[in-house]
Amino acid sequence: MPDAPGLELIAEAINEKDPGTVTETSHEHGRATLIVNPEKALAALRWLRDTEGQRYTFLASLHAADYLPATPRFAVHYELLCRDRVERVNVKALVPDPGAGNGSNGAGEAPLPELDSCVELFPAADFQEREAYDMFGISFRGHPDLRRILMPEDYVGWPQRRDFPVGGEEVLFTHNEIDAPRWFE
Amino acid sequence: MEVERRKLGRVPAPTEQPKTGEELRAKQIRAREMLRGDVTDEELEQYVERSVFTTMLEKGLNWARANSIFPATFGLACCAIEMMSMVTARYDIARFGAEALRASPRQADLLILSGRVSIKMAPVVRRMYDQMLEPKWVIAMGACSSSGGMFHNYAVVQGADKFMPVDIHIPGCPPRPEALLHGFNKLQRLIQGDPDLGWRQRYNASGTEEWARLEPGTPSPEAIEAAARALEPVPAKEPTDA
Repeated sequence: MPDAPGLELIAEAINEKDPGTVTETSHEHGRATLIVNPEKALAALRWLRDTEGQRYTFLASLHAADYLPATPRFAVHYELLCRDRVERVNVKALVPDPGAGNGSNGAGEAPLPELDSCVELFPAADFQEREAYDMFGISFRGHPDLRRILMPEDYVGWPQRRDFPVGGEEVLFTHNEIDAPRWFE
Repeated sequence: MEVERRKLGRVPAPTEQPKTGEELRAKQIRAREMLRGDVTDEELEQYVERSVFTTMLEKGLNWARANSIFPATFGLACCAIEMMSMVTARYDIARFGAEALRASPRQADLLILSGRVSIKMAPVVRRMYDQMLEPKWVIAMGACSSSGGMFHNYAVVQGADKFMPVDIHIPGCPPRPEALLHGFNKLQRLIQGDPDLGWRQRYNASGTEEWARLEPGTPSPEAIEAAARALEPVPAKEPTDA
């Protein structure tokens, strides 16, 4: 893991090549994180992978998170590993929600947050991006086969979003049967 | 001739075993006489009464079915570990004639739902159930397959009887193999047309449902109202604007 000054050097080097890519850095709980502009996340990942002296060639994990009610609402985390030096760096792309305010979790009518797919850089991201799409409804542009991976194909909704209702359907025991007589029909 | 009716399975039929060689010899001679046609009328009736056991075909079939169940080798989740140990020598379901687990639903007649059924697994389970040949039975093992259990979320079906008929529900998380065997024995009685009563009937405790907050034994106004509503025809639902 690069130390805090090392992380700043990485951020400066990326911004020197393309200003405005890294908006912030964070070095907390032993994790070095680059917070990047979602439009330029792919360029930052490519730089980290291909630059001599960086060589973060291994994508250990890709996952999404929902920070409702914060804005931007979503984030996609890339955890990169340099296998030569055994160093890790995280990249966090904050993705705004285009469907904010009009029932984004409903019947899938609201526009989905979009982000460039990194499958061309890291083939391992294929299934992980599909999972992020399945659970959070984040649409990855350029993904070769973006469809649900865990939930059934005909499932409606993005179940890991924070505004998705907790719990499944109601279970009818004798104590709540009076509210739903003949529920078994 | 008077037909004696006995319950199969519970009470073993008394067998008259000949004690000595002479008795056996006498029995053989008697049988030979009967076959020759020498035994007639009253004597023949007595002979038949002593050596023939009559029952209904249906009862005999159910007795045979209950004592040679072929469960499907089918595990859904952690309950399957308990289900597996049910077959081991320690618990030994062979005592009840169900030790032969079939690897194909087409050869099985008991499906044990051992674990949570996710909504993606539900059509698969339903297809397995449909592939089984009649007669077939289902045990919902554990809290998850009975009611969803701890998985009150978007991924798990809240009770397997939402999509298929279930004969026996076994509580527990997971139930111990003994509990599963107990449920299995109840299923055997159910197959033989002599199901165990629910505990409310057995302990004469009707009206003690959770909503009964009055005197024990008398149903509450809500319960009476619910029962009345349950008997009413269901009104057609009006389409509502979402």
